[in-house]
Amino acid sequence: MIEFETPKPIVMNNNALETVAINMMRPVSRYFDEHEHEIPWDYINFMHMAMRATGAGSLAPTEKKPKEGEEVKERPRIGYQTLAHMLEMLAWGDCGMYLVTPGGGLGAAAVEAAGTPEQKEHFLKRFRGDKPVFGAMAMTESQAGSDTSAIRTTAVLDTATNEWVLNGEKIFVTAGHKSLCESNGFIVVWATIDPSAGRAGMRSFVVEAGTPGVQVAKLEHKMGIRASDTASIVLQDACVPFDHMLGSVEIVREATTKGFKGAMATFDATRPLVAATGIGVARAALELLKQMLAEQGVEIRYGLPRQKMTAIEREVIDMEAMLRSSWLLVLKSVWMADNRIPNSKEASMAKLRAGDVVTKITQRAVELMGPLGYSREYLLEKWFRDAKITDIYEGTGQINRLIVARHVLGYTGRDLR
Amino acid sequence: MYSFEPTEEQKMLVESINRFSLNDLRPKSHDADEENKLPPKLINKGWELGYLQASVPEEYGGFGERSAITGILAAEELAWGDLAGAMAILTPGLFATPVLLAGSEEQKQAFLPPIVEDVWQPYTAALIEPSFDFDPNDLRTTAVQDGDAYLLNGKKTYVPYAAEAAGMIVYARLGDQTQGFIVPPGVDGVEVGQRQKLLGIHALPLYPATFKDVRLPLENRLGGVNGHDFAPILDASRLALASLAVGLARAALEYSVDYSKDREAFGVKVAQKQAIAFMIAEMATEIEAVRLLNWEAAWMIDNSKPDASKEAYLALTGATDMVMMVTDRAVQILGGHGYIREHPVELWMRNARGIATLNGLAIV
Repeated sequence: MIEFETPKPIVMNNNALETVAINMMRPVSRYFDEHEHEIPWDYINFMHMAMRATGAGSLAPTEKKPKEGEEVKERPRIGYQTLAHMLEMLAWGDCGMYLVTPGGGLGAAAVEAAGTPEQKEHFLKRFRGDKPVFGAMAMTESQAGSDTSAIRTTAVLDTATNEWVLNGEKIFVTAGHKSLCESNGFIVVWATIDPSAGRAGMRSFVVEAGTPGVQVAKLEHKMGIRASDTASIVLQDACVPFDHMLGSVEIVREATTKGFKGAMATFDATRPLVAATGIGVARAALELLKQMLAEQGVEIRYGLPRQKMTAIEREVIDMEAMLRSSWLLVLKSVWMADNRIPNSKEASMAKLRAGDVVTKITQRAVELMGPLGYSREYLLEKWFRDAKITDIYEGTGQINRLIVARHVLGYTGRDLR
Repeated sequence: MYSFEPTEEQKMLVESINRFSLNDLRPKSHDADEENKLPPKLINKGWELGYLQASVPEEYGGFGERSAITGILAAEELAWGDLAGAMAILTPGLFATPVLLAGSEEQKQAFLPPIVEDVWQPYTAALIEPSFDFDPNDLRTTAVQDGDAYLLNGKKTYVPYAAEAAGMIVYARLGDQTQGFIVPPGVDGVEVGQRQKLLGIHALPLYPATFKDVRLPLENRLGGVNGHDFAPILDASRLALASLAVGLARAALEYSVDYSKDREAFGVKVAQKQAIAFMIAEMATEIEAVRLLNWEAAWMIDNSKPDASKEAYLALTGATDMVMMVTDRAVQILGGHGYIREHPVELWMRNARGIATLNGLAIV
């Protein structure tokens, strides 16, 4: 039966997060935007404590293990749905700060998606410790963005020491600095074990903080989400133990695209979540816009035929329809993920629509407020800058269009390049 | 909980409508548009699928309960076949559903059983008025109480099957409210004009109607002497229009996919060009987004949620833009062929332009 009732646990969770957003994020939002590379430790420490108190090491809700003798109730899985709501709310507070929430981030997501049970236990338990710990994913290189198969970072097995030796340079590593320099975290590095094999040579490696030969070379200065660090990382003969390659031993020598597919599977899970964060930013902008309009005495009348609306009414109502429908695309794709239904098409739809819509909404909000919108006195201009990244990271709008088009047309990557 | 899975019953209904749309409606669509008429057999066959009958309770001659969600799923599937045909099949609902939603007990007992008979009958309604700023909440047609009767005065346009109507609900301003009035056939002062010619939906017979001092007993006011709330009727109309738009757009997307995978240019299928593929990806995404928005609106209406009216309004707003974008691109993807009437996409584009205007021509 088609239903749109938000589950109670999600509502309660979100009420709590709204308080966090209002009290711990919004008041310092402007400060961390204007002091790039300073770290919002108050928020980080608070979130770490709050998450520890609930037994979770990250924002991702953990499934409770039944006690002995306890009857296992068949409950609907709502993990991704919960996460989408949480991230939307935190990004509504401040998207840059949300990105520095401790707990593993994309690094942990990669371990979850591709690691063996032993690897998951070994690498993920650090996020449940006393201190906040970060994780990151290192995929992009200066010559390899959307075309991830073009990466040049190499991993060579040193049979004498049974270690992988990594060499290369990664860029655009979100939270890379916090993972390696500010906590005992790790980054998941994508590298090739056979440069001639293309995608079949790709593997992922956990590189922990303190590994010799790993250096954060640079922190980027960005258009928005400035509270989040974006690092360049140089790997120079960085050695990691053999079992730091994610996945089972058998895939080491096989010419398989499993590694590449693992990365893509991670994206199916994370794309709707990234869309959710963009939607949080756009909701913030739309709410403030409506509030400012109301203060100016501009009423938005719902229910009029189009030819009777004012230009502002039409803009605002269009934005609301676009934002809500984008959110529903997110909800459907995470609902599919929770129910183990393949959602690659829907995840990409959610991501590309959100990328477009949140960019448009925040841009129009700035425009409609005229000189007030362009001023740094209000957060509208910041949200415009923050929102744009939604259309870029975790697969650009264009990459997601390719993915959706292949699904709709029944084409492979070879048919439609 | 969230769920995006229709019930088994809904799936079966959608499947049976889809077969009808594929095998009956769609093949007749082109000629119906060219000849400005739908075969009566076709309308009856669509009627026999029983969507409306299933939304009327047994005590009034039907065999089910109304569900807005079931309604939009059904309407979408009909419009996937043909918009004019869908609207024709749904026309008796313009009378029955408002009676079901807002009618008095007497009105339900008197009017619902004869409508949900085995044969489709031209029960209809008159809402739209011939002015550029037509607004269902601000009508120019008036109803004034005159002793033991209401006097109806005004002009309506786009009234389906008005010339042969078995019964008609006419909406008019009473005080500052929009109210429905049941106008039986043969009442003095009702004048139905010449059949109208429109940009699209040629096959649906639409007429202008003039009401001049039409005297109606007080109990002919929808809901009885105390009248009714107009909002649920308008909501049901918005849901219907939005779902028709989704069905129509889906047809256009599928046609574009098939064509672009068949047509070659520069040594490849045109679908293999990103310029075309990206258009298709965006079409599919917009359809899905609006579809979900309309689902949510229907769910809110079925569950009497606050803001349900606003959501239905947003859904129709989204659908209006979406259906134009999708059908325009379908014509564009077919290029010169898209402009030729042998292909259905130009008809779909003309039909799509009506979604913004035709609020009141379908109700679920």
